[in-house]
Amino acid sequence: MERTILHVDLNNFYASVECLYRPELRGLPVAVSGDAGARHGIILAKNNLAKGYGVKTGEAIWQARQKCPGLVCVPPDYRKYLRFSRLARAIYADFTDQIEPFGIDEAWLDVTSSINLFGDGVRIANAIRRRLREELGITGSVGVADNKIFAKLGSDMNKPDATTLITAENFRDKVWPLPAGELLYIGRSTRQKLANRGIFTIGDLARRDVHMLRLLLGVWGETLWHFANGLDVSPVRHVGEESFIKSVGNSTTTPRDLMNDEDVKMIVFVLAESVAARLRRHGFKCKTVAIYVRNSELSSFERQGKLSAPSFVSTDIAQKAMDLFKEHYRWDKPIRSIGVRGADLVTADSLVQLDLFAKDKAVEERLERAVDSIRRRFGPYSIQRCALLQDRKLTGFNPKDEHVIHPVSFFR
Amino acid sequence: MGKTFVKVTAEHDESGRVKPLLLTWTDGRKYEIDKVVDVRQAPSLKGGGLGIRYTCKIRGKEVYLFCDEGKWFIEK
Repeated sequence: MERTILHVDLNNFYASVECLYRPELRGLPVAVSGDAGARHGIILAKNNLAKGYGVKTGEAIWQARQKCPGLVCVPPDYRKYLRFSRLARAIYADFTDQIEPFGIDEAWLDVTSSINLFGDGVRIANAIRRRLREELGITGSVGVADNKIFAKLGSDMNKPDATTLITAENFRDKVWPLPAGELLYIGRSTRQKLANRGIFTIGDLARRDVHMLRLLLGVWGETLWHFANGLDVSPVRHVGEESFIKSVGNSTTTPRDLMNDEDVKMIVFVLAESVAARLRRHGFKCKTVAIYVRNSELSSFERQGKLSAPSFVSTDIAQKAMDLFKEHYRWDKPIRSIGVRGADLVTADSLVQLDLFAKDKAVEERLERAVDSIRRRFGPYSIQRCALLQDRKLTGFNPKDEHVIHPVSFFR
Repeated sequence: MGKTFVKVTAEHDESGRVKPLLLTWTDGRKYEIDKVVDVRQAPSLKGGGLGIRYTCKIRGKEVYLFCDEGKWFIEK
């Protein structure tokens, strides 16, 4: 049966919300940006006026100011954005129970079963846009198609506050001329590989022989070919259908560059404690620890290694992360950002192979839970490792509660 | 542009509906709300922000009274 799928993209989400709260900023170029003092000074979102000056998401504030001297930069307030995101989802929920959020400002809606109640996809899309405007004061662009990939491309075509319909009849005219990089999951390196073979547009990709793509990109080639031909059949998840957590990670850009192992150790402890606490809260242990390191030249790498036994103890995770780090980093450059991730998750109460010679973990696990409850009652800084007190400015952040929401993977 | 936060006396009924009854202005003057014409969630374009918007009749004039997570305000 042909599906009707909507992709709603809230236009310039962070910037729109900030402008709504600060009417005095209307008519000025506005960007939401991180704290430059803490070296998080990049543009997170901008309004259309700033966009007109060529301000781009992800560039540094000073770069943006060069293009647009009058740019007003406001700090982000995630609590506000989460509230608006929740309210927008409540509007979608009036039309369907199949809502799959993609990051904080995007969502897919499968309205196939609702069209007899509310009218066809375009009518529902327009109704949603009207309600976003009237009830929340923000605008959204909606793509309507029979699959998630084309719906997402559609929501990008007309901005702001517009509905774009992509059908089996018109997708060759509308989708195929777009550059291949617009397609979900074609990043820099895949785009380069495709360009080397003369594939520049989504149409080029769709018209290629699927076997040739398979040889070039492996199983991905086939997936992308299906995407390009509108043959994607992945479902839109139901509300409450929790995504299966595959890994738990935190990363941070530090207030100053990290110069030596001691600095790294402090940050790794902060991150490992957050990762461990989140593992415990979700009832998981991890079998693999991965680290992510980015140096001051912005080149980065990721390495991972297995733990001897599944664990949610922060010391184990931090120790493994430090081992990985020492093994793989040569200190040719100072470090700017670092991340720790626990992967290969098993449920915390699953049976494990005991080690004849290792000491009993139960005591450490109870200790960590005790720390959890102390922090819950008296705050995240009420109990800390001594090592972290060497440089409070460096370690004074709380990744568990302050973590930023990133778009999550399409394949979950 | 902007908003003024005000003190409001309201009635909360058994089903959770809220009906503002009396508005106390910043200088202490009190205004009875004669009638609530419309209630809906809406952005305050003049004041900035978002809330439940009560369209109230006060002494023959229509006024938007917003409730944003428990704080009441009027657009300037």
